[in-house]
Amino acid sequence: MTTLHSKINPRADEFRANHDAMATAVADLRDKVAQVEQGGGPKYQERHLARGKLLPRDRINALIDEGSPFLELSQLAAHDVYDESVPAAGIITGIGRVSGVECMIVANDATVKGGTYYPLTAKKHLRAQEIAEQNRLPCIYLVDSGGANLPRQDEVFPDRDHFGRIFFNQARMSAAGIAQIAVVLGLCTAGGAYVPAMADESIIVRNQGTIFLAGPPLVKAATGEVVSAEDLGGADVHCKTSGVADHYAENDQHALQIARDCVRNLNHSKPITLNLRKPAAPLYSPEELYGIVGTDLRKPYDVREVIARIVDGSEFDEFKKYYGTSLVTGFAHVHGYPVGIVANNGILFGESAQKGAHFIELCCQRRIPLLFLQNITGFMVGRKYEAEGIAKHGAKMVTAVACANVPKLTVLIGGSFGAGNYGMCGRAYSPNFLWMWPNARISVMGGEQAAGVLATVKRDGLERAGEEWSAEEELAFKKPIIETYEQQGHPYYASARLWDDGVIDPAQTRDVIGMGLSAALNKPIGETRFGVFRM
Amino acid sequence: MFNKILIANRGEIACRVIQTAHRLGIRCVAVYSEADRHARHVAMADEAFLLGPAPSSESYLRADRVIEVAKSSGAQAIHPGYGFLSENTEFARACETNDIVFIGPPASAIASMGSKSAAKAIMQDAGVPLVPGYHGEDQSPDLLRAEAEKCGFPLLLKAVAGGGGKGMRVVESMREFDEALAAAQREAKNAFGNPDMLIEKYLTQPRHVEIQVFCDAHGNGVYLAERDCSVQRRHQKVLEEAPAPGLSQETRRAMGEAAVRAAQAIDYVGAGTVEFLYDVDGSFYFMEMNTRLQVEHPVTEMITGQDLVEWQLRVANGEPLPLQQDQIQLRGHALEARIYAEDPDHDFLPATGTLRYLRTPDENSHVRVDTGVTEGDEVSIHYDPMIAKLIVWDDTRERAINRMVQALEEYRINGVKTNIRFLHALADSAPFRNEALDTGFIGKHEDLLFPPAQLDENLGLVLSACFFLLRSKAEQTLTADPFSPFARQNSWRLNSHYARPMQLLADDVEHSLRILEQDNHFQIDIGECSYEVRAALDGDRLQATVNGHRFTVCGDLHEDQLVLFHRGETFHCALHREQFGLEEQSGEGGLQAPMNGSVVAVLVSPGDRVEAGQTLVIMEAMKMEHAIKASGNGSVSEVFFGEGDLVSEGAELISLELDSEEAA
Repeated sequence: MTTLHSKINPRADEFRANHDAMATAVADLRDKVAQVEQGGGPKYQERHLARGKLLPRDRINALIDEGSPFLELSQLAAHDVYDESVPAAGIITGIGRVSGVECMIVANDATVKGGTYYPLTAKKHLRAQEIAEQNRLPCIYLVDSGGANLPRQDEVFPDRDHFGRIFFNQARMSAAGIAQIAVVLGLCTAGGAYVPAMADESIIVRNQGTIFLAGPPLVKAATGEVVSAEDLGGADVHCKTSGVADHYAENDQHALQIARDCVRNLNHSKPITLNLRKPAAPLYSPEELYGIVGTDLRKPYDVREVIARIVDGSEFDEFKKYYGTSLVTGFAHVHGYPVGIVANNGILFGESAQKGAHFIELCCQRRIPLLFLQNITGFMVGRKYEAEGIAKHGAKMVTAVACANVPKLTVLIGGSFGAGNYGMCGRAYSPNFLWMWPNARISVMGGEQAAGVLATVKRDGLERAGEEWSAEEELAFKKPIIETYEQQGHPYYASARLWDDGVIDPAQTRDVIGMGLSAALNKPIGETRFGVFRM
Repeated sequence: MFNKILIANRGEIACRVIQTAHRLGIRCVAVYSEADRHARHVAMADEAFLLGPAPSSESYLRADRVIEVAKSSGAQAIHPGYGFLSENTEFARACETNDIVFIGPPASAIASMGSKSAAKAIMQDAGVPLVPGYHGEDQSPDLLRAEAEKCGFPLLLKAVAGGGGKGMRVVESMREFDEALAAAQREAKNAFGNPDMLIEKYLTQPRHVEIQVFCDAHGNGVYLAERDCSVQRRHQKVLEEAPAPGLSQETRRAMGEAAVRAAQAIDYVGAGTVEFLYDVDGSFYFMEMNTRLQVEHPVTEMITGQDLVEWQLRVANGEPLPLQQDQIQLRGHALEARIYAEDPDHDFLPATGTLRYLRTPDENSHVRVDTGVTEGDEVSIHYDPMIAKLIVWDDTRERAINRMVQALEEYRINGVKTNIRFLHALADSAPFRNEALDTGFIGKHEDLLFPPAQLDENLGLVLSACFFLLRSKAEQTLTADPFSPFARQNSWRLNSHYARPMQLLADDVEHSLRILEQDNHFQIDIGECSYEVRAALDGDRLQATVNGHRFTVCGDLHEDQLVLFHRGETFHCALHREQFGLEEQSGEGGLQAPMNGSVVAVLVSPGDRVEAGQTLVIMEAMKMEHAIKASGNGSVSEVFFGEGDLVSEGAELISLELDSEEAA
């Protein structure tokens, strides 16, 4: 094993300036998350508590093993998307250990718009299920929702990846042997009734949970029958008469305890085939990442400094170190799990793309998970490079990434632009998880470049028409384009739309990756078959 | 030398004897009762025989069975230990009759010391000082007055037939005598129907000082210095030491020689102890002679460097005493504390239970532990509740006390209440350190001996919380995936933090704690108080630095119940967890014994109707009666125990069919 030796001077001015900038960004992120954690705000939380219910985050705290971590997903979902505030899109999702088993937990937050499904609520729910399916994580649904958000039904109901997909996923996962457990802690109306009804096991809280296809008002309107919610679809009805629910709980705490028992009885075990090593902390403090990376994407740094602060013991066996040097590849361990790391260290050339493809093949052959550290402005352009076949070399790497059948984890640690995003396992390549750092930016190309391209096109048109275009006018033309790119490329914008699984503090990256790997290893690592590599 | 002996005893003394016997190459036969099947002495012995059921009268006191076992096993001698058959003349005689050596004095010597008044007469003849006084039959007031004058004041008037303090008067001067005599006689007549009085010099601050004597069959006798056993509670020795503080060489010789005289007066052979009352002025008076090895013999062994059990075996084998008087040297100071299963907070009521956690101080040349139990053993109601004797030795008394205090802090027991904290307070008290000894010590210094808890409650909670947290981390079950960050119990949260709640129950009060785990420390909040704690748990030993103050405590955690041991005291708390589904379980009214004890009365029979709160069974445990009451209206379906039965804690006593809600 080779140990990376840091060449960073934490007392240098540049380091300090970088550190301050990143620390500010992280503080802002934590502030945003703290606001999100307030759910629907004090008024709705108090009303919720007054009913004897636990707040959704406390439900999760009580559900997972005492003191165990919770890897929350998409905390910033729906952030600044709708006219009204819908913190976390009204649904909390994440991975936590329940009775020693890593589970996907999906918890409605009834304090946010009654827990109704906005378009992004549905998207977040579906993303959680997608992760569960991809990693074979048992699912626990903590249901407390009024169902689809009626004013937005056109964006929630009809399409393939809308509300109905939730139940499709439940059925398919159950078929695949991925346990589906529903805990009914509040409303479960109409479509929502299928969550417990389609679950493998369901639990309901008396005088609190209700399951029915139509609530009392609709029943009265339809048939004139007057009935209370509890009599229509409460715990007594469903546990003693209908059989829609299996377990009867006195209150939230009890219900969650029963859910823990259900997981204990899943007979679930992790099929780990990796050679694990006892974890060792990196030799360097992860917080130094702030000072190394900063927030200015134009400032270059050696990505090995980042790797040295993420991997066990800062040990990294590099592959093809002196070839295609703008891509760094090599083997390391994170929290004891072996990983193959693919990290950008500059723009991608033909050699670096071929090296990347070669390394990914190695990892697939050996069934070692892949970690992509993405900081890429794109593939090299220009006549020389096109002539050398950069397109086919890039295609090899994209083919390798697309076909790789090992767990893939991607962290956007800087820029993510253009085809570089594809070669480095962007969202479209279905990594098991994808996270962004607060300094990262994502777009088809940089704002400057996009504005430049658009300006050139416009100038050409104007010049053909014999019109003049002053430098001031060009600047004024480019400015809003650059601003739009900056806004839309921002991690909050991306995370709000579920383009990633969350914005993370660089200092927590090692833990997040470790948990991601741990979750991914619930599924056996299969064999990879690659497509045709263009030679 | 014998090649096989039988030890007609149990507990620490049986183990003690086996140890020496084994060292001398003698094989040992143990005997045991049904309650002692798994006892340490049985395990240590080369062979062991069952005597009978748990009660001593049916096992350890069955002289006939013991002799039978000795004969069938081929044991040549019987060591009786102390208690049980050790001072039983019949038994000693039965041994003689059956050609088995009784490792102890001749039956005749036991008999002569068995009666206290007869013993005193023998001692008087042998020139052993007795408490001055008058024990005559002539009760004429004038004679009594004259005898009082002769005896000196203060003196004690005692009813000849007396007991329990009735008919007893301390008389300070001649002026008070007539009045006191009349009152005491009246009282004695009323209480015992006999007004006869005896007169004794009243010792205001007497000490209990006893001499260890040893005689062989060849007419040799020596004394092995004395022991001070003044610290007593209800005539039960608590803390013993040797040599007696402040005793001059001359007094030692005088007492020793008197004791040897006493022994020789009754043709004594073997180990014996002559007990004296020792007055502040240096005078001493014979009390009684114990014709056996005493519980507290180890302090003598520690200062003389001799093994008294070895002496017993040699003497019993007919050998001469290993040392002569001038060869017996005293070195340093030794203390012995008797660790009892008892509850000092409830008038020292004997305690029973399972020693589910037992840690003893490390034994070395300074610290010795004589015990007959190991972790997991039961302290039952059948036998003496002594768990162990803790013996320490050092050059000086002061250092020996320091060692005792320290060793008591390292003696940790959970499962059974003990007097360890009391002993700790006692040994560490100023009057004890200052040698202010007399038999009234404990009564006099009661205020010092039950000190309030030294460990602040919040601190106890903080340390407990650390123990719970770290133990739970340590017990993390190893799966196929042992290093997963999900397995760490650090309440990790993305871009956030989580202060996990913990509910601890201490003294029936629920305390809410919040614990925030940071990189390498905890922040623990209790109400308004905040504690920064760095802690590490190594087995049962917790080292924690709380707001800069470092503590080392040990803990025993069992089913969410934690006991922390801190410098001789304990802190108890329990992790409170929500319990669910209890409604379903509490439907039927099984009634369980609240503790080990015996059934005094069963007040109902099957088929009886009972009302909620009605007493069904009365149990006696730890000398207290407990009423077992009906939890609701219903009828008795079955009664599982009868009067006099012994029951264990948790045993179902009665099955009660409660009326269903609808019916009621």
